[in-house]
Amino acid sequence: MIRVILPVHLRRLANIEKEVSISANEEATFGSVLDALEEQYPMLKGTIRDQISKERRAYIRYFACGEDYSHHPPETRLPQAVLNGEEALRIIGAMSGG
Amino acid sequence: MGSVRVFVGTHKGAFVLSSDGNRKDWQVDGPFFAGLEIYNIKGSPINANRVYASQASDWFGQVVHRSDDGGKTWEPVSNLFEYKGDPGTHQWYDGTQHPWEFKRAWVFEPSPIDADTVFAGVEDAALFKSTDGAKSWQELSGLRDVKGHLWQPGAGGMCLHTIVLNSHDANQIYVAISAAGAFRSLDGGKTWQAINQGLHSSYELPDADADVGHCVHSIAMHPDKPQTLFMQKHWDVMRSDNAGELWHEVSGNLPSDFGFPIAVHAHEPETVYVVPIKSDSEHFPPEGKLRVFRSRSGGNEWEALTKGLPQSSCFVNVYRNALAVDSLDKCGVYFGTTGGQVYASADEGDSWQTVVHDLPAVLSVSVQTLQ
Repeated sequence: MIRVILPVHLRRLANIEKEVSISANEEATFGSVLDALEEQYPMLKGTIRDQISKERRAYIRYFACGEDYSHHPPETRLPQAVLNGEEALRIIGAMSGG
Repeated sequence: MGSVRVFVGTHKGAFVLSSDGNRKDWQVDGPFFAGLEIYNIKGSPINANRVYASQASDWFGQVVHRSDDGGKTWEPVSNLFEYKGDPGTHQWYDGTQHPWEFKRAWVFEPSPIDADTVFAGVEDAALFKSTDGAKSWQELSGLRDVKGHLWQPGAGGMCLHTIVLNSHDANQIYVAISAAGAFRSLDGGKTWQAINQGLHSSYELPDADADVGHCVHSIAMHPDKPQTLFMQKHWDVMRSDNAGELWHEVSGNLPSDFGFPIAVHAHEPETVYVVPIKSDSEHFPPEGKLRVFRSRSGGNEWEALTKGLPQSSCFVNVYRNALAVDSLDKCGVYFGTTGGQVYASADEGDSWQTVVHDLPAVLSVSVQTLQ
């Protein structure tokens, strides 16, 4: 199982606690895990990626194992530690100040 | 006696203000969708339990929420607004052509005829219709055929922000777009025509009398007089008595004819409300005095309504969807400010009460009258 951590607004929208578990095989990519996440929680469609183009929204980032994978292509395989469930894929909303 | 619910959309969530028919004591519920921009929240005029909210942010995009218990609980219902076909391009700020891109829903207008039908005005400007209570949306794309390539964004984006429906004729729809102008359909949204004749925008357009391109800020209509429209344009308060075929100015003695919202009294089709703002470069009330102006003669002669409103050092703005009326007797009038105040009048505007004074900046105010 792959562990996904969402920003608080998306957790509220999907009515989930802290982490989401997503079933995935050893070949899972960033794109396929987001497909599975949106399948499991349809209300998240359009909130992380554009629904039609599937492009990442500008103020969303994908962090895993201390790395920023936001600019990697969606067919990039997830890091092994994320595939093993040892580390979570973290979906981040950009910081905003004021 | 009846009662009212006032729905307030703000930069950081939504609030529901409730009162009985006296409209003196208020219950404030919220924030709903805490921390998120709620561009519009509006209840059905024929199903008291049905309310729609537009959550929109640069972070997480557009989500439509629906309540079926009067705003107590909410569920996300949809966020897919797909333009029909290839939407093409419109004018960009620099005069070049720019692809149509969906950004957010600015306004909902629930049908006064069918409880599951609701319209949405979006940015980039288009009109969408749902017949299943906002679960799915279809664009009424004929609107873009009216010289869409000449429409251009104003400072707030290229938004369809006003939808006026006729409760006696589902085929008649008016919309307003910044900065494209006013448009009318007489066949339920299939075909459209621009209704901008008489508008004069010498400071905004190279051709001051162009067919399209005018920055219309808001339109209002009394439900029993659907051929008469009132408009707050970027500059100028306008009136049409032939369903928008021709407009004439009724700014009269207003201290400024710049402003954003306009509303019509629920029981008096010739009584109109505006909130003058100093100018397009100084978005606050003239002289620092927050004044609603009321005309009881359909325009031209305006009286300042000031009792209960700050008359010094007030520098807030009132956005285009942040003025509304109820249909109780006497007619109630409500508006919200960028300073987070919501003011209510239970006597047609003669006097005002501050219902809440420290909300986040108010983006929209709408009213549901419960009989």
